[in-house]
Amino acid sequence: METRTIEQLSENFQQKIDADIKIEPNDWMPDNYRKALIRQISQHAHSEIVGMLPEGNWITRAPSLRRKAVLLAKVQDEAGHGLYLYSATETLGISREETIDDLHEGKVKYSSIFNYPTLTWADMGAVGWLVDGAAIMNQVALCRTSYGPYARAMVKICKEESFHQRQGYEIMTSLMNGTEVQKAMAQDALNRFWWPALMMFGPSDAESKHTEQSMRWRIKRYTNDELRQSFVDATVPQAELIGLTIPDPKLRWNEERGHYDFGDIDWDEFWQVVGGNGPCNKERIEARVKAKEEGAWVREAALAFASKSKSRQN
Amino acid sequence: MSSNEWPLWEVFIRSKQGLNHKHVGSLRAPDAAMALQNARDVYTRRSEGVSIWVMQSALITASDPKESGPMFEPADSKVYRHPTFYDLPDGIEHM
Ligand SMILES: [Fe+2]
Ligand SMILES: [Fe+2]
Repeated sequence: METRTIEQLSENFQQKIDADIKIEPNDWMPDNYRKALIRQISQHAHSEIVGMLPEGNWITRAPSLRRKAVLLAKVQDEAGHGLYLYSATETLGISREETIDDLHEGKVKYSSIFNYPTLTWADMGAVGWLVDGAAIMNQVALCRTSYGPYARAMVKICKEESFHQRQGYEIMTSLMNGTEVQKAMAQDALNRFWWPALMMFGPSDAESKHTEQSMRWRIKRYTNDELRQSFVDATVPQAELIGLTIPDPKLRWNEERGHYDFGDIDWDEFWQVVGGNGPCNKERIEARVKAKEEGAWVREAALAFASKSKSRQN
Repeated sequence: MSSNEWPLWEVFIRSKQGLNHKHVGSLRAPDAAMALQNARDVYTRRSEGVSIWVMQSALITASDPKESGPMFEPADSKVYRHPTFYDLPDGIEHM
């Protein structure tokens, strides 16, 4: 067989990407592409899993059986999303346990939004509506990402996400149709989650060090600022419709651009939270480490049982 | 570290009676029974299936993408395996 040089392989690889031909696990890929994907997909997987914590916090205190069943189903979906994504990460040659340990040792991040506490029931509305809404913006774009297993996981995830945002918006709508206290509770949740939701799209394009390469590899299909703008444009009318006020005095419709203009994001806060100093960073990682450690004996027992049953069969 | 990891399983689902099982993804489980149970919870939460197969990933033998040229070339050069290769006289519409 002819041996091809790295240059030829790289060129061939980029041609496939440019032609929108998916890259599959055993195909040749540049080392940096593999590394970037491991970082991006595992970060995404961790966000799904850590994201269960702030909502899990309210399952036992949901105001009705209907809301409880819905929230439980949503949180279970997020566990599923984490699992699809861990599987996709594993196709790149890193073990699941290594991936999870990287999170626990702080080597890999998860979405900064999950470092904010969920203080009232209205936060379940704000999280579903805004946080899942922002995640959907991102995930819909990623259904066309260049790596096959990642794209397929995204398609499945997007299908499941569609009720997540609706149930959150429904909670907000109910509260806004309620008493003054309920309305205030909804507005307060929006006030606390609006800016962190905008931060979910990551640093501005000018500051984002990975964007250019990621776009070329099509592991990202739109820039952070493009996605953020789409999110603002989609969400503002939804807030207005139910009588909520977006906590941004600079927000206004720009006829010329055909988009909303909005105020400056507090990037200091963003970097503080990303850097580990958000309100709940410590608590979130502690919860994950505890789950792993305290579940270890169950995983070991299951393996021991499996090998014992196997030896009995033989 | 990885010696304690549960083995990886590939999951195949028949979405409805009459269709074949199709690969949908993978998961980790200690044994086949748990793999089936987990596959139900992970891949069929919205009635996506009426039947599930699970198989340990390690048992799969896959073709090598680097060899896909020589592997699949024999089919490429045999156009006469397709009906469009043949000339039919005018007047024959369906064959
Ligand atoms: Fe999700
Ligand atoms: Fe979600």
